[in-house]
Amino acid sequence: MKTLKDVRIGQTVEVKKIHGEGPLKRRIMDMGITKGVSIHVRKYAPLGDPMEINLRGYALSLRKNDAACIEVY
Amino acid sequence: MKIHIALAGNPNSGKTTLFNSLTGSAQYVGNWPGVTVEKKEGMLKGHRDVIIQDLPGIYSLSPYTQEEIVARNYLVDDRPDAIINIVDGTNLERNLYLTTQLLELGIPMLIAINMMDLVRKRGDVIDIQKLSESLGCPVFELSALKSEGSFFIAEKAILLARSKAVPTPAPLLSGPLEESIDKIKNIITDCTEERLLPWTAIKLFEGDEVLLTCSSFADEVLDEAERIAEKTEKLLDDDAQSLITAARYTYITELVNHAVDRALPLHAMTFSDRIDSIVTHRIFALPIFAVVMFLVYFVSVTTVGHFVTEFTNETLFGEWIVPSVKNSLAAYDVAPWLISLISQGIIGGVGSVLGFVPQMFVLFLMLSLLEEGGYMARIAFILDRIFRRFGLSGKSFIPMLIGSGCSVPGIMASRTIEQESDRRMTIMTTSFIPCGAKMPIIALIAGALFGGAWWVAPLAYFVGVTAVIISGIILKKFRAFGGIPSPFVLELPPYHWPSPKNIWLATWERGFSFVKRAGTVILLTSIILWFLQAFGFEDGAIHLVDHNADSLLASIGRVAAPFFAPLGFGTWQATVGTFSGLIAKENVVGTLGVLYNFSEVTEGGTQHWNQFANEFSALSALSFLIFNLLCAPCFAAMGTIRKEMNSGRWTFFALLYMTAFAYVVSLNIYQIGSLIKGEGFNVWTFVAFFTLAVLLYLLIRKPPADLQKVRKRSHA
Repeated sequence: MKTLKDVRIGQTVEVKKIHGEGPLKRRIMDMGITKGVSIHVRKYAPLGDPMEINLRGYALSLRKNDAACIEVY
Repeated sequence: MKIHIALAGNPNSGKTTLFNSLTGSAQYVGNWPGVTVEKKEGMLKGHRDVIIQDLPGIYSLSPYTQEEIVARNYLVDDRPDAIINIVDGTNLERNLYLTTQLLELGIPMLIAINMMDLVRKRGDVIDIQKLSESLGCPVFELSALKSEGSFFIAEKAILLARSKAVPTPAPLLSGPLEESIDKIKNIITDCTEERLLPWTAIKLFEGDEVLLTCSSFADEVLDEAERIAEKTEKLLDDDAQSLITAARYTYITELVNHAVDRALPLHAMTFSDRIDSIVTHRIFALPIFAVVMFLVYFVSVTTVGHFVTEFTNETLFGEWIVPSVKNSLAAYDVAPWLISLISQGIIGGVGSVLGFVPQMFVLFLMLSLLEEGGYMARIAFILDRIFRRFGLSGKSFIPMLIGSGCSVPGIMASRTIEQESDRRMTIMTTSFIPCGAKMPIIALIAGALFGGAWWVAPLAYFVGVTAVIISGIILKKFRAFGGIPSPFVLELPPYHWPSPKNIWLATWERGFSFVKRAGTVILLTSIILWFLQAFGFEDGAIHLVDHNADSLLASIGRVAAPFFAPLGFGTWQATVGTFSGLIAKENVVGTLGVLYNFSEVTEGGTQHWNQFANEFSALSALSFLIFNLLCAPCFAAMGTIRKEMNSGRWTFFALLYMTAFAYVVSLNIYQIGSLIKGEGFNVWTFVAFFTLAVLLYLLIRKPPADLQKVRKRSHA
């Protein structure tokens, strides 16, 4: 399973499925990470985590571990 | 009848700017009951009968963060007469997500698309007409920062509130999802207000915890709703909440594709991205951060702040106000004790705190600049990795840094932290960092007992930082701090020039709330402490005493001294010194000087070091120092903790925790130190070992199972 965590900097991917449940999943989806949305991985923070992504025309940062439950094509 | 208009919108949508321009300085800032979330309301300029209620910035009406719950409860229970939904035009898709939820509440609503100047500059075209038709409510353009359209929108909202016209959006759902929601609507239609039907049906379908626990639906209704939801979940292969969320975004994507003509391709580098390519750069980010922090600290604590504070304390109060008040009181033959109360107790006590006000204004000005400009979110981004290891937020750095100057503004700076549990933790631990007023204590101990050793001051900071880390690790394992799990998903808002009006209002509000407190809590405690140290029992009656040693405070010190004996400083003088530190930490040194009858004690003086060395051993002095560094802070800081926690219970817990922690650390230092020195075992040695074992256990124990799941996800 390829997740957002595995995507290299500068690549753009499409979201296949959000795994997990409850508040964590809800929060991620509230921010617009839903099935089919296009995500561009912009960079990682200086200490390697969290990561900065671009989606729906805005910049969002999330931890690699949360990114690991976002399956992408 | 007053008209209540609620301002709702995402964080960074320009809500505060709109609120400020609509209400001017006629604002009331407080807290929502029981939580640390700020509550702001104000009168619409020129309309005495219109109240604007600023809701916390939220992304969704889901029941997970304090901000969301507060906003929801207000909208659903208090039912404002109209909602102004402010939407960032440069970020329509995500902003409209909240809009789709607000539309379901059955409250008259209009949408203000903000940042239109930026939208036009970028070359995007938004078809307002189309948006308005699909969303079923009026839509207007706005440039809040340039005050374009603010009052026009407020007037429209008033008309809307009077007309009571509820939004009629195009249907959000379709297919099996729509059928399920309709079924739920049918079963609750008898016991639900009609305008709340869409909202309630969707929340029942989602199994919304907050709604389920406080609604009055019969069990059969709830069971039936759950059955419908489960069936749909199985059919569509996803959980109910995700189905609804996905449906909302699908609806929005379609709407935006129709109504917006984007000039730039998706994921194009924006101006902010270009700034970020330097500011959050892998190599440059940390040096830039260090420079920014140095500037904030340097300007607010060292240069401007220090200079102004010095002037206020020494010249304004010390040379002008106090002497002239004394003289004029004396001229009217006022009793000496009353002169002492007024000049020392009241003006001295409050003045020593008010001296920090200019410094605080400078500091809050800097913080508002960082916040408004967008750098604060980047700090969290850069530092998250370090701070989350011990349960704090990347933004906790700022309170700690500021706290090394003075805990009061440090604790207040914790307001910028979004998560309530992180915020509470930061409030509790900020005063562990040695503040400026603790420096004289450090200097005294270092000079008198360690021959001015260079390592005492760094040790003090080391102890402070370690205390923060240990507390973070221990407290995070308790449910109260583990809190409702919420992952770190942080928006990095576009940089923009801060509006002078917003900066000024934010600075003024924070600064002024401190001044207000200085006038109440701190005034009262100053008077009480002055009374305790000025009066004493003599011949069975209370008299004004000439010497502190005969005062009530000294009597209390004698009673409390045995409490500190296991820490190695169980003399009444050291006890009273510690108590006086509650007024202001720098008092500790002065009080010790008076009580031990040192000749003229000055903060920088060295003549009393020898005398002091006779009273303390190196070990007991170290223990004394560390206890005073870590225990409950001064009253000003306590008052601030109370204000920021917005709860007496939490404040009490925080102070108790700090003092207990300080006690345990000092106990261990003194008892284990004595043991190493070869003084043998006693009862307290065992107590020390026991507390150490408890501390270690709390440090390494596994958190409760339900919290562990959260930790695993966010700490691995």
